[in-house]
Amino acid sequence: MGEYFHSVRVNEALCDGRMACLKSCPAEAIRVRNGKAAIIEDRCIDCGECARACQRDAIVPQTSSFTDFARFKYTIALPSPVLYGQFRKEVLPRIILAGLRKIGFDDSCDVACASEAASIAIDEFLASYHGPLPLLSPFCPTVVRLIQARFSNLIDHLIPIDSPMEIAAREVKNRKAKELGLRRDQIGVIYLTPCPPKMVAIKYPPRKRYSHVDGAIAISDIYLPLLSAIAELNAELPNDNEPVRGIGLGWPVLGGQVSSLRSESSLAVGGLGDVERILEEIENGKLGDVQYVECQACPQGCCGGSLTVENPYFARSKILSLVARFGSTPCQNRDKIRDLYQKNYFSLPGRIASRPFAPLDKDISKAIEKKRLIQERWETLPQIDCGACGAPTCRSFAEDVVMERAALEECVVLATRRVGLSPPKVGLA
Amino acid sequence: MQPEPLFTQRFEIEGKDFRNAGKASATVKTILREIGLPPAIVRRAAIAAYEAEMNVVLYARKGTLELKVSPSEIRMMFEDQGAGIADIGLAMQEGYSTASEEIREMGFGAGMGLPNIKKNSDLFRIDSSVGRGTVLDITIRV
Repeated sequence: MGEYFHSVRVNEALCDGRMACLKSCPAEAIRVRNGKAAIIEDRCIDCGECARACQRDAIVPQTSSFTDFARFKYTIALPSPVLYGQFRKEVLPRIILAGLRKIGFDDSCDVACASEAASIAIDEFLASYHGPLPLLSPFCPTVVRLIQARFSNLIDHLIPIDSPMEIAAREVKNRKAKELGLRRDQIGVIYLTPCPPKMVAIKYPPRKRYSHVDGAIAISDIYLPLLSAIAELNAELPNDNEPVRGIGLGWPVLGGQVSSLRSESSLAVGGLGDVERILEEIENGKLGDVQYVECQACPQGCCGGSLTVENPYFARSKILSLVARFGSTPCQNRDKIRDLYQKNYFSLPGRIASRPFAPLDKDISKAIEKKRLIQERWETLPQIDCGACGAPTCRSFAEDVVMERAALEECVVLATRRVGLSPPKVGLA
Repeated sequence: MQPEPLFTQRFEIEGKDFRNAGKASATVKTILREIGLPPAIVRRAAIAAYEAEMNVVLYARKGTLELKVSPSEIRMMFEDQGAGIADIGLAMQEGYSTASEEIREMGFGAGMGLPNIKKNSDLFRIDSSVGRGTVLDITIRV
């Protein structure tokens, strides 16, 4: 399978082996061995749930730090519009953008306007599309990774439209290069991200060779300095004439994409469990009368990302109030975007590769035999999924034993039985 | 000669149990994927399994699924205790359904279940007797 970038890593020095992460992982990709958590790389779908679950911050998001950008002559902060929901209601987007310039970025650039462009491009795509339905949103990197791993039949349902982050980054980089007489590689565009998986979209954009974004800093990492910068600014800047506007402001909340579209038969699904269930249904040939499904790994959409600061429900209400105030004035000219769309400005070429989990064996006969042995082994286990062996379920432990990644002796419940102690009063008698 | 390796698993399916409806076919899909069968074959088997499972949930008191996977084929035998099908020829026609208003209200009963199972399988056998139940024997070649 080779090297693959993951957006979280275990810091073994901090890991105390308490296994909060073990059960949080929806892909059963974590094992705790010798008291330390380890991530099985090719199973991980980059949802970041383990980092959220860890009480010791031992699972570290692989975002960038400020020093990574020293090589650039000019830096531009590109905040996810989620950032607009992280402060008091009176703190409007343009004050936040000004605050970013104050804490050391040479410039800052709004992304919500690019979301509006993406919405129009999706409208155009849906209007002329005649293939299998429903189409799926490609903007949550975890959902894309889940589809690559488990729903390879649905890869072609992912709409081939560039993300607002990429649209905004390309536009601002080109514009600034011209204005300042710099080369594009002298300008660093830094995304301020609500979640670790966006790093995957930056390092390995699924359909492209490279991203226009040069790195990402966690919203939680810039929050405090930004907060004090904003406090100073608030007095200076009057509150009228908000230039950040348009329906794209709503994208950070679940359903924001759907409500920005013209299509009347689209729906939004949040939370990995429900996303998985709906993808199962689509793979079973259902939902063919729905045009577009917005899929978000986080139940509240991006404003529930693990690197945010504000309570996701407060953040949601702030985003919605911005939409109510400034959402109905477009920031894009629909005809102009339509024209750019016709010139393939937003379209992504190529096909997203599937990345299925490794099968039990490359040889189907051997894989069937192993599956049989796993089933047999599982039937002898306590089936209480206690996790004490370091695997999240008895079934995954049975697999580890058959695949010789774990020894049967590691099952604590069986061990107490073997030495004649009365086993814990759980599971099979 | 070594016998062909064979993986078997049996599932119980409860009629009218909508909370768990679809779980057996989802598990079948996971198993086939773990074994490493090609995605297109896994999908066909999953669709056939899902439609057949929903038939048991919607129309029968209860039923079983016996899954057998060998290197050459996937075989799924559904046996249910239910009303049975009076006219199999009619039931195999697209759009024909005996579903109640209630079932249609839930988005099922479009009369595509059995035709869909047949379409996705390589061998398909159906036996039914009214008042006793129905047997579906589905084979998909690998």
